[in-house]
Amino acid sequence: MRLELGYIHIKDVQFGEATKLDNGTLFVNKAEMIEALGKDERIASIDIEIVHPGDSVRIIPVKDVIEPRVKVAGPGNVFPGMLGKVDMVGEGRTHVLQGMAVVTTGKIVGFQEGIIDMSGPGAEYTPFSSLHNVVVIVEPKDGVLQHDHEAAVRIIGFKAAAYLAEAGRDAKVDEEKVYEHLPIHKSAEKYADLPKVVYVYMLQTQGLLHDTYVYGVDAKQILPTLISPTEVFDGAIVSGNCVSACDKNPTLVHCNSPVITELLERHGVDYNFIGVVITNENVTLIDKERSSNYVAKLVEMLGADAIIVSEEGFGNPDADLMMNCIKNEKKGVKTVLLTDEYAGRDGGSQSLADANPLADAVITNGNANEVIVLPPMDKVIGHPEVANVIAGAWFGSLREDGSIETEIQAITGATNELGYHKLTAKEI
Amino acid sequence: MKKIRVVHYVNQFYGQIGGEDKADIAPILKEGFVGPGMQINNLLKDRGEVVATVICGDNYFNENVEEATNTVLEMIGQHKPDILVAGPAFNAGRYGMACGAVCKAVEEEFGIPTLTGMYIESPGVDSYRKYTYVVETANSAVGMRKALPAMVDLLIKLVDGVELGTPEEEGYIARGVRRNYFHSERGAKRAVDMLIKKINDQPFVTEYPMPTFDRVAPEAPILDMTKATVALVTSGGIVPKGNPDHIESSSATKYGRYDLEGVEDLTEATYETAHGGYDPVYANLDSDRVLPVDVLRDLEKEGKIGKLYRYFYSTVGNGTSVANSVKFAEAIGKELVENGVDAVILTST
Repeated sequence: MRLELGYIHIKDVQFGEATKLDNGTLFVNKAEMIEALGKDERIASIDIEIVHPGDSVRIIPVKDVIEPRVKVAGPGNVFPGMLGKVDMVGEGRTHVLQGMAVVTTGKIVGFQEGIIDMSGPGAEYTPFSSLHNVVVIVEPKDGVLQHDHEAAVRIIGFKAAAYLAEAGRDAKVDEEKVYEHLPIHKSAEKYADLPKVVYVYMLQTQGLLHDTYVYGVDAKQILPTLISPTEVFDGAIVSGNCVSACDKNPTLVHCNSPVITELLERHGVDYNFIGVVITNENVTLIDKERSSNYVAKLVEMLGADAIIVSEEGFGNPDADLMMNCIKNEKKGVKTVLLTDEYAGRDGGSQSLADANPLADAVITNGNANEVIVLPPMDKVIGHPEVANVIAGAWFGSLREDGSIETEIQAITGATNELGYHKLTAKEI
Repeated sequence: MKKIRVVHYVNQFYGQIGGEDKADIAPILKEGFVGPGMQINNLLKDRGEVVATVICGDNYFNENVEEATNTVLEMIGQHKPDILVAGPAFNAGRYGMACGAVCKAVEEEFGIPTLTGMYIESPGVDSYRKYTYVVETANSAVGMRKALPAMVDLLIKLVDGVELGTPEEEGYIARGVRRNYFHSERGAKRAVDMLIKKINDQPFVTEYPMPTFDRVAPEAPILDMTKATVALVTSGGIVPKGNPDHIESSSATKYGRYDLEGVEDLTEATYETAHGGYDPVYANLDSDRVLPVDVLRDLEKEGKIGKLYRYFYSTVGNGTSVANSVKFAEAIGKELVENGVDAVILTST
């Protein structure tokens, strides 16, 4: 499967009379965009704001961060199964509006959504503070149930990204990348002397605000399966997931999947990156056993010598992470894990809920329990009062002056376990 | 460069008051250095000076911890230090405990760095290494000449705020504390680099060495459940509606104890979950799904258990540190035992 990615560098986003790209600036017709997001019967209102890196702005509670991408050649559409049809994606050409994102916010669904500060100390912890963000504020009608509320906001986010991406359909791109993913046996022939590497991509699948979708299918219901890196770049995996927002993968991160991207960099040189196995993180033991057994079987069928396994979330999924590690290591497959830590606010507690001596090669993306004070911002988009209930904060986190004392757990993307960001931890 | 102001804490012996017979003296404040403080002062050269020394008897400190700490803090505060140095205490148990306690209190009260020196097996190490820097020393004062230069080196780095190397490189005992920092490479890149090394059997350093878990041996089974008092304890966050104790949705710092007198069934109107780590919809509709009060009441009526204990205990397991969990479990377990509970059903989510 061969995919060309054309990146358009977005230097600014502004409201304008027509939605169009002009020399790196994206203009957005606000009324037309709101109209394009459809009349969902579950939704009372939609509003849009634009924020920029360095602005004294806080967005809370953040649900998803989505990069606008549009398919300009080849089958299907971006976010297949969520929008449009379910043709297989990952071939042809896709344009990306890079340097910006859609951020969805609005009334809180659960305890679980995150915070993005566009400036100040919190901005260092969220990778999304460096983007020009089109913030879509979605408020549900009274009485809409949580599952329906979450689904409605999720889809509106994808629609918003798709609407904006159209502006880049015929645009001149600033940067091109071409990725080709060969059939497994051809890849094995071509790179016969190189060790074979598989990426085991764990997807959070634990219910409301903990779900991930693959071609529109709730990943709770999948058996581990194969996916091409190029399909991932076309939005085949999307987020429904922002609980403890520090280590959940917004849709933007899936579309730029960091481990896939980094593995492709050295593919054909240091190893042969032959495939990606996606798996889930269900809540029951039998599901964990089944999925990790299936992962180890697929890794063996692919003939992998080594794997990278990334976790999404913490606690309960630590058990899935260890099972995926142990079962592969015992078959002689060299395994590297990506996780984050919950070492307590003082950093003095053990970091994972499960552990095994076979997990001897671990990358950590930081201790999510570390506490930070987010200073007041000139403007808050969304609902600041939820700072007292979201995961990572506590009753009293929101202070009178508008500052928030919270664990970095509440900051969207702070300890992203796909290694999207640079935070890590060490023992002192 | 501003001169570093050091306040030094020592016991009665190193404070040149006397030996064991003077171990009960209350804190004394002296200007400048006393005893080993002289060598600290010399080693600092023009970078700083020991501006004051606080001396306290080891017995006095350990027998009057709160009062002694308050007095010592007040004395140290007067001199507005940039750093506090305590000891070194080598393998002296009570002295080490006092040094550790003073360092911890000073760091908390004034937000300045602190350091001390101890022998690795000194009880103060385990109690306080998490809160301060403990330079590893020999087990007696013969190690003084080696300990002080190491302590002064670290002292200057701490005040200057330079990024420290590993505990081994810096000569202090690892604090067992995880601290965040921003790496120059993102995690995904580091993972691929580590993988290549692992594939090629080259040495690599894991960023998180696996901890050792403690294991709890199961109790002997209860032979006659019809007489047993059974308690319900959950980490699933079930609380009376409105979460009266504000148990956090993640990283809980507390648990609640709630009365079940007269409660036959947990309903949507009366109970909910405070837990932020799972889909709360089904637990909110019927909290018995997480905390099975209804079933326990049935078993009570059927005579299959003696009775359901009057109170249930609840916290949120989501992201809650093991250290907090252990603390909750010790407190809850103690109360249950004191109140004659024979068995506990622990429910998670």
